[in-house]
Amino acid sequence: MSLLRDIYTQVILDHYRKPRNKGELDDATHMSRCDNPLCGDKVFLWLKVEDEKIVDVKFAGNGCAISQASASIMTQMIKGKTCQEALKLKDSFREMLLEKDYQPDIKVLGELIALEGVKKLHARVKCAVCAWHALDSALKGEAEVSTEKKDMLSAPIEAEGEVELAEWEKEI
Amino acid sequence: MNKGSNYKFIPREFKLVAEDCPLLQRQVYGKPLVYLDNAAMTQMPKQVVEAMVKFYYNFNANVHRGIHYLSEEATDAYENARKNVASFINAPHPSNVIFTKNSTESINLIAYTWARKFLAPRDEVLLSIMEHHSNLVPWQQIAKEVGAKLVYIYLTNDGLVDLEDIEKKLKSGRVKLITITHMSNVIGTIVPLEEVVKLGHDNGAIVVVDGAQGAAHLGVDVKGLDVDFYAFSGYKMLGPTGIGVLYGKAKHLDEMPPFNFGGSMIRSVGLYESTWAEPAQKFEGGTPNIGGAIGLSAAIDYLRAFSMEKLHRREQELLHYCFERLKTVPGLRIYGPPPDKRGGIISFSIEGIHPHDISTILDREGVAVRAGHHCAEPLHDYLGISSSVRVSFYLYNQEYEIDALIDALMVARRVFGYVSTT
Repeated sequence: MSLLRDIYTQVILDHYRKPRNKGELDDATHMSRCDNPLCGDKVFLWLKVEDEKIVDVKFAGNGCAISQASASIMTQMIKGKTCQEALKLKDSFREMLLEKDYQPDIKVLGELIALEGVKKLHARVKCAVCAWHALDSALKGEAEVSTEKKDMLSAPIEAEGEVELAEWEKEI
Repeated sequence: MNKGSNYKFIPREFKLVAEDCPLLQRQVYGKPLVYLDNAAMTQMPKQVVEAMVKFYYNFNANVHRGIHYLSEEATDAYENARKNVASFINAPHPSNVIFTKNSTESINLIAYTWARKFLAPRDEVLLSIMEHHSNLVPWQQIAKEVGAKLVYIYLTNDGLVDLEDIEKKLKSGRVKLITITHMSNVIGTIVPLEEVVKLGHDNGAIVVVDGAQGAAHLGVDVKGLDVDFYAFSGYKMLGPTGIGVLYGKAKHLDEMPPFNFGGSMIRSVGLYESTWAEPAQKFEGGTPNIGGAIGLSAAIDYLRAFSMEKLHRREQELLHYCFERLKTVPGLRIYGPPPDKRGGIISFSIEGIHPHDISTILDREGVAVRAGHHCAEPLHDYLGISSSVRVSFYLYNQEYEIDALIDALMVARRVFGYVSTT
């Protein structure tokens, strides 16, 4: 039960029951949808971007507590940020869920820290990143994306400088 | 487990099955495993694994090729497996039984061979709204290719196949093929195949049956039912993965072009032309899954010791018990027909808790179920939901496991802040 409480935190349950910024945006400049083919859930995201700044955002769709809370918190946090800042936040969020020894910074991640427990549930990380996939693809001007898309979940984080070769690669 | 349990007498023989399956003895997260995901995958008794081990250790050789001792033993075992499958489904002859990888491949085989040859533009393919994607996507693709049209059959309010709807849709006079599940993998509905086959044949349509659940939970008499094709998988009936079956009537198999071209499926090969072997080999290009076929045959022997009628009756007991217990969970809604009209599958949802979250919490309590659309998105759309929680039984499940499921559902309600009212 305690482990379940670590995952289903009060913050998550609160956002699940009372999602913020839920609905559609009539004057959106960017829109995307993310499908999670494993469960059939979908997150729709509308953004209104003016001068590189996200001035308004709404989301829709049905999903589990984790995907809905993640989307709700995301919309709260990216509203008012520049597109670049929003994408940077996406990277930090992704690192929190995927990097083994990542120490999340509450100043950067804010309420998103409530989703840290999802890290322990490999099968559910996709639920947590669904809305963020939609954000990424909306800003790229793509209308839809899937949680199975590789570049966000599986690709190694771009190494700075030269990439070290593995032992077997050196031999070749 | 649950002190309030009032479970009935468990026939000793069914109880023994769990002891035969080593996997069912394990724990997850420090709790005894309660395995209720049998519609996705059943667990293998030792007898099945041992039959395969015997092949791999003693006569692992290619079939229909070598003249040596091991190859002959392997060929005998493989062909005996085919005979065993044929008698399990009451096929007229072993040559009606094609070994495939699984039901999906079996259905693709029909789509790629029979349908490509015999479906013409404006022909109609009739299928039910509750089909698994494996009996839907291949038909979408082939319909696009040949210019045929998919027409859906809907359900009655009880979640049963609407036979009047079938009759109505057959009136177009264009239906060449009806393809339907024997038993829904989501709501458990048992389809009255006799009626469907009669309607189809009276109107000039052949009838394809997805038996992935039906063969495993109900058993089938393909000759008695007069179905044209029947597809099923080994791993849903105590067998291994990687082996499935397609039954086809001889007249169809004779008319159909081959599926995979290559070794094994030929009679003779020239530089520019080849001729084909007789069915079933005509459809089994390349070295088959010999070990898998032997495993499936052992699984069939195991099931036969209980009889499919007895298995169905046992699942009925579990279904009735589970229905009663699920009714005690506030906000829980079961989809589909009453227990006596279904096989051992129940899908449900609980108000205010998403199926994915229920599944995660159940998992932590040791209870394995499936959450999602169970490869039946159109059915979920039709039911007006995006996903559901599915519990599915097999012959080793027992009433106390249903009690554990109910306890775990109560934990889910507590985690989500609903005070338990029971």
